[in-house]
Amino acid sequence: MAVYKKTYRPYDGELTSSVSRFLVIPRYAFEEMQKSRFLTIFFLASLIYPLVCALIIYVQHNVSALNLLGLQNANRLISINVTFFMSLLGWQSMMALFLASFTGPGQVSPDLANNALSLYLARPFSRVEYVLGKMTILIALMSLMTWVPGLLLFGLQGYLEGWQWMKGNARIASGIFFGAWVWILLLALLALALSAWVKWKPAAGALMFGVFFVAGGFGATINAVLRTKWGHLFNISELIGSIWVQLFEGQTHTTNGAVFFRVIEGEEIALWCCWASLAVLALVCLYMLARKIRGAEVVR
Amino acid sequence: MDPVIELDSLEVRFGQRAILKNLKATLNGRSIGLLGPNGAGKSTLINTLLGFHKPTSGTARIFGRDIRTHAREVRGLIGFMPENDAFIASMSGVRFVRLMAELAGLPPEHALERAHEAFFYVGLGEVRYRNLGTYSLGMKQAAKLAQAIAHGPKLLFLDEPTNGLDPPARLRMIQLIQEIRDRGDLHLILSSHLLRDVEECCDEVLILKDGNIAAFCNLEEERRANRRFLELETRGESNGNFLEAMEKLGCETATGAQGRIKLILPDHLEVRQLYEVAAAQNVQIRRMNRKRDSLEDIFLKAMDAPGPDKIMAGQSTGAPNGRL
Repeated sequence: MAVYKKTYRPYDGELTSSVSRFLVIPRYAFEEMQKSRFLTIFFLASLIYPLVCALIIYVQHNVSALNLLGLQNANRLISINVTFFMSLLGWQSMMALFLASFTGPGQVSPDLANNALSLYLARPFSRVEYVLGKMTILIALMSLMTWVPGLLLFGLQGYLEGWQWMKGNARIASGIFFGAWVWILLLALLALALSAWVKWKPAAGALMFGVFFVAGGFGATINAVLRTKWGHLFNISELIGSIWVQLFEGQTHTTNGAVFFRVIEGEEIALWCCWASLAVLALVCLYMLARKIRGAEVVR
Repeated sequence: MDPVIELDSLEVRFGQRAILKNLKATLNGRSIGLLGPNGAGKSTLINTLLGFHKPTSGTARIFGRDIRTHAREVRGLIGFMPENDAFIASMSGVRFVRLMAELAGLPPEHALERAHEAFFYVGLGEVRYRNLGTYSLGMKQAAKLAQAIAHGPKLLFLDEPTNGLDPPARLRMIQLIQEIRDRGDLHLILSSHLLRDVEECCDEVLILKDGNIAAFCNLEEERRANRRFLELETRGESNGNFLEAMEKLGCETATGAQGRIKLILPDHLEVRQLYEVAAAQNVQIRRMNRKRDSLEDIFLKAMDAPGPDKIMAGQSTGAPNGRL
């Protein structure tokens, strides 16, 4: 079709469904992300650890490969158990934090920086759809980094080990899935909320790390000064770690959390406190988004 | 046919402050101007119609659809050009307009085609692949217009479209708006504090003051009425007889200061007959002015009016009839 028409003409063609309209935001967000070579490389690099894990699982079940490598006793060195999968989740979750910090701030802040939000919301499109659309791309990418490889590896181990192993360790699979989702949702919410409030992308990214590491440090200071353990409530990774232990092992746990998400022994906080703290954080994020994601600012 | 916009006791409050106060109006024009001084509530009215602000009480209907219950459907009919900057700096012009058209429900291939067309239409064809952040103010205004019309809306909201434009750019923007209006495919609402913009583009005007409707007038009727309104300066002894004679011919008459005579001619009477009567009465007509009750006069009168809430829109208040 020609693109040189210089008269206005109305549109009388077909319209898309609300579902495909909803997917416009993630599609454009993904295309924007693809422009960054660094992010593409980072994302691909984040899959190295699961690949190594897959290799370990494969080698452990392949006698000739073990013999070839001279690792006949490999079973004693690396056990494919709760710790193995929790470490995978911990490592991958930390990578997801970096991804969210790099990409999250670029989601909302460019729309807010020059008031483009009013144009989004002047269309048959709601604020909730906007936030969910922006979250979708983060959730999709973080899923590909966390629970998707986790469950694939669980499936591989189950396939090689047998149905009995799978049945006996079903809790690991549910732990990977739900544990990752708790983390992903929290990261996505936090990334969008900070992105909405801090319009300068690098500052929003830095703040994301700040929430995790500085707040953790603050909590540790409280613990040291007041000789208490409630400062751990400020340490998001410890809260998540406690929840993961519960999700992976139930009441009788053999580990104290995954790498980067370890809970200090003897200083565990009641599980309901962990859930409540995370719920409060999520609510704060939602409030921040509700305040900022508006078609027009209200000056009272 | 449903009215374009129907304001049904619409009230909007921000906290304790009432921004729009019990607005009642039925707007049917092809191009409707929203006039008012800064802070009158023009932008708030547009934002409320778009669903950005919830009415505290009352409601409004656009093409018969309630903005409270059919907000999504209503927004599907609207194109919006906001007052302030509204763009994504790191996105190319055509990609941005395409995104907005897709969000409005156009399939990707149609959205891309219409984004290109819209950019050529507003005169930005050559720069459509440049990032919006690099555009000049005039180009940004044009890009905002492009995104507002790309999806072919039924109703176009233009909030201060000539803000910050230099005279040639303003002229170009006004011409574009007039072209869009004259094609007759859509209705447009132009909000501005610039009387000239509204006068040049609109056929109906709603004047807001402090969140109330201060006046509503049909500019076309106004212009027609003004053509029959004359003010005369005469010399002669028998002004009284002249007035009587004119009244017998069907004129409405009144005497102003310094012997000035004001007349409203009936449709069948020509100005030539007026001279004939004057000659017969031995009255000299020294000066004759056609009244030009411009939008500025109407606006200023509306601003002076003490009780704007008493004026009901839907009934023209700017006509000179009865205001001799």
